[in-house]
Amino acid sequence: MSKGFFIDTTRCIACKACQVACKQWNRLPAEKTVNQGNLQNPSDFSFTTYKLVRMNEAIIDGKVHWLFFPDQCRHCRVPPCLLWAQNTDAIYQDKDTGAVVYTSETQHLKAEDIIGVCPYNVPRRGKDGLLAKCTMCNDRVKNGMEPACVKACPTGALNFGDLQAMRAMASERLAAVKQTCPDASLLDSNDVRVIYLTAFVPQKYHNYAAAFDAKHRRTR
Amino acid sequence: MTNHWNDLKNSDCILVMGANPAENHPISFKYVMQAKDSGAKLICVDPRLTRTAAVADIYEPLRSGTDIAFLGGMINYILENELYHKTYAANYTNAQFIVNEQYGFDDGLFAGFDPEAKRYDQALWAFETDSRGVPRRDVTLRHERCVARLLKKHYARYDLKTVSKITGTPEESLLAVYKTFAATGEPSKAGTVMYAMGWTQHSKGVQNIRAMCIIQLLLGNMGLSGGGINALRGESNVQGSTDHALLYDSWPGYLKVPRDSHKTLAVYNENNTPESLDPLSVNWWQNYSNYSVSFLKSMFGENATPENDFGYAWMPKCKDGRSYSWWRLFKAMYHGQVNGFFAWGMNPAASCGNITIIRQAMTRLDWMVHVNIFDTETSDFWHGPGMKPETIKTEVFSLPACTWVEKEGSITNSGRWMQWRYAGPKPLGESKDDGQIIIELGDRLKSLYAEGGVFPEPIRNLKWDYTTDGHFDPHKVAKAINGYFLKDVTINGKHHKKGTLVPSFSLLQDDGSTSSGNWLYCNSYTEEGNKSERREQQDAANTIGSYPEFAWAWPLNRRIIYNRAAVDLKGEPWDPRRWVVRFDGKVEDGKYVGGKWVGDVIDGGGMPLENPDGTVNGGGRHPFIMRAHGVGQIFGPGLKDGPFPEHYEPLESPIAENFMSSQRRNPLLRYSEKRDFPSRADPRFPIVCTTYRLTEHWQTVTRAVPWNLELQPHVFVEMSHELAKMKKIKTGERVLVESPRGKLECTAVVTHRLKPMKIVDQTVHQVGIPWHFGWRWPSGGTEESVNILVATTTDPVSEIPEYKAFMVNVSKNS
Repeated sequence: MSKGFFIDTTRCIACKACQVACKQWNRLPAEKTVNQGNLQNPSDFSFTTYKLVRMNEAIIDGKVHWLFFPDQCRHCRVPPCLLWAQNTDAIYQDKDTGAVVYTSETQHLKAEDIIGVCPYNVPRRGKDGLLAKCTMCNDRVKNGMEPACVKACPTGALNFGDLQAMRAMASERLAAVKQTCPDASLLDSNDVRVIYLTAFVPQKYHNYAAAFDAKHRRTR
Repeated sequence: MTNHWNDLKNSDCILVMGANPAENHPISFKYVMQAKDSGAKLICVDPRLTRTAAVADIYEPLRSGTDIAFLGGMINYILENELYHKTYAANYTNAQFIVNEQYGFDDGLFAGFDPEAKRYDQALWAFETDSRGVPRRDVTLRHERCVARLLKKHYARYDLKTVSKITGTPEESLLAVYKTFAATGEPSKAGTVMYAMGWTQHSKGVQNIRAMCIIQLLLGNMGLSGGGINALRGESNVQGSTDHALLYDSWPGYLKVPRDSHKTLAVYNENNTPESLDPLSVNWWQNYSNYSVSFLKSMFGENATPENDFGYAWMPKCKDGRSYSWWRLFKAMYHGQVNGFFAWGMNPAASCGNITIIRQAMTRLDWMVHVNIFDTETSDFWHGPGMKPETIKTEVFSLPACTWVEKEGSITNSGRWMQWRYAGPKPLGESKDDGQIIIELGDRLKSLYAEGGVFPEPIRNLKWDYTTDGHFDPHKVAKAINGYFLKDVTINGKHHKKGTLVPSFSLLQDDGSTSSGNWLYCNSYTEEGNKSERREQQDAANTIGSYPEFAWAWPLNRRIIYNRAAVDLKGEPWDPRRWVVRFDGKVEDGKYVGGKWVGDVIDGGGMPLENPDGTVNGGGRHPFIMRAHGVGQIFGPGLKDGPFPEHYEPLESPIAENFMSSQRRNPLLRYSEKRDFPSRADPRFPIVCTTYRLTEHWQTVTRAVPWNLELQPHVFVEMSHELAKMKKIKTGERVLVESPRGKLECTAVVTHRLKPMKIVDQTVHQVGIPWHFGWRWPSGGTEESVNILVATTTDPVSEIPEYKAFMVNVSKNS
């Protein structure tokens, strides 16, 4: 059954339980980080950081907002990275769940091309030339469990299930949020399995939050 | 908490003030979000726009240390607009009580102040009483000295303009908060407050919370589902620790520690047993001696007899009028008056205010025993910054303790829920369960004292049977805490066998026939089993998320305390939709002739105050059963710094005077004028500094955990863009923050979430620094504790340090 996420950023409190749960499940080491002058760390995805809560201040209509965006691979329905690689030993899409999975064969791909073709600037290269990103916890999902990040989230910002159910949840929540936030939208909801709801225009959260900029009608 | 975590979801309006639950209690936000889903409004008042403020419906800033002004303004707003719950205030609070004619308040001081002793004579705040000692009331509220009148007079001074002037919060912002929260004064609406150290860690900390209690009593929110006063404890079991008397001034269950002048048990009990001749007042503390004697029996077992005052002489006493709190302990240590010190699961060399003094104090110890899961700034104080190890004679013993997942026992959360926990993996290496360490220590002490020692009786006579197969057995301790019948007894026609567990504290006796290590926990581990192990998923009949068979709550598994105030005088819920308790009465001729309370465990039994026909029911009871007069205290004569909260500036403040009165600081504050601290608006230290915690770290512990350190690697100072520009500081740059106590190097986080405040014609800047750090971890030693900057002033009642408001300066680190 085709799976998906609905990520409601209006419920995110940037607790980063998702960030740490991902590290714990995937046994990823901590990076040596430096405070860049804000509360977000690490500052970007890396070979050992697949899930990252982006924290951005924005002044909208004269009011200060602190916007949180728990970023991850979108597991696109038609993944540009997969198409570009043309090597299903390296990048393949799980027929059941739809997860876009990278293997150690990614060492044979040209990393900057794979990263460049991703609308969301997600995959990252390790020292040994391998590429890595969120796995959709495919191992957990195929054993009837939800992804580690979703399980850890206390507020219901992260939701996971059958893609149809997630889309329905997203639409319902969008209608509710739009009542107070007219610029609320679902990001690229037809193209991705990880559907984000933002209260304000996506660029306020992160430059790569959306591939399709609805306002200016352009795609990255 | 008067309520509990799950109950937050039932609120119509959640005020977060003096707290930051999104960051420090993130799991609670599950329930806050559910409340919002149901239409609740979330209000956040904080010097900074925090992660809680980021998701709030209303966020307003305030100058750190001005909470009483802010709340005083809300009290004034509620009274002026008559938004209080009239029946509730009249019947369930002391609003109608008449205060004696000696009471007064003038220019920041209440009647009875002795400026030399820095103390009030609280007798001048007493109520007028009738011949039975029951306070006199004026039901018309016209008497000039009835509490309602005194309240109105006191808070009329907290008009919008004055409050805005003090807090720096714009008038329309104050109104937005007041209007939204005060709407919960409507009888079927419930508003709650989530508060934490942002209220307690001030030199007026206790009065901060008192101000909110007054608001909640006026609005009729105490006892209601979605209402109450919800203190967010800072540690998963600190509620348990205070329940079980970790603080020097209490015995378990908040009994009082004896004073020197209480020479006998009888004198001690008498001094602590309040009296009330009001037949409608339950006055639960009248049972005090049942609990104190049962406690002594749990300590000394068969060695405690009526003849030896149940071993009362073997319990430590405090000198009259003396405090032995945290800061006093370290002061004594600093002056060489303490030889040995157990730092057990705590890290004072990072967590205490003015840590330079603390660390110096440690050099004067002969020995220290450090029980912890890691090395800390405390165990390693002797080779910390500025220390010369060759000159320090302290011998430090490190006893490795195992972590919470490696041991079995209970924790009690903020909502008073006692939950049993099990051991997962076995302790690593040589580390041990704290309980096991205490057992081995106690065994060794007992065998040493068996052969002699000064005053050996307390140790020799201590009941010490808490092991199974030589190992610490938490079940034995939990049962001892619950308590036993020590002989066969018959109470109210029911027979209880010797050696069985006591099912309720109402059965505890003061004749030595029962024991209980903590009367509050009597009912937690009975012949039915360990109730804290329960995990039943069934909700109660009132379906408000109480889950009465999930774990166990004190007292007697009551989930919402003061729930008697959640019904009207006839026993009908104010809020039928989220009812807590209800009286299912048997009615004859318009009068209750019997019946029972359903829903939550009722506070104090008895009947409703009125019959269905409106006549008085003699079996009725006042709702606030822990108070001698049975009502909630709007006027609170029992607190030593005042019966009404009054705004004073923090010890260190950016402005030259207090706009409320000429009394600049809490009049009970003791501080040395000779010490170098900023007096009035000192230009050397013009910036207000506050300290707080983050989601990413927990206390001073997690810096040793790579995944946590990755999230927040450095100590930082949050400052406004305006301040950064003034100081030519760029975000991410290392800067210096300085106070008279010390200097801290940290990373600048320049943010829009802090803004300069206009206090009259003065611009006041505020900065904030998290306190998780210390030189020991990360091991590079560059991230020091912010407590190097904090002063040693404290709240006069609780003696908690004023970590939340002190003065600093910020500069580039050149």
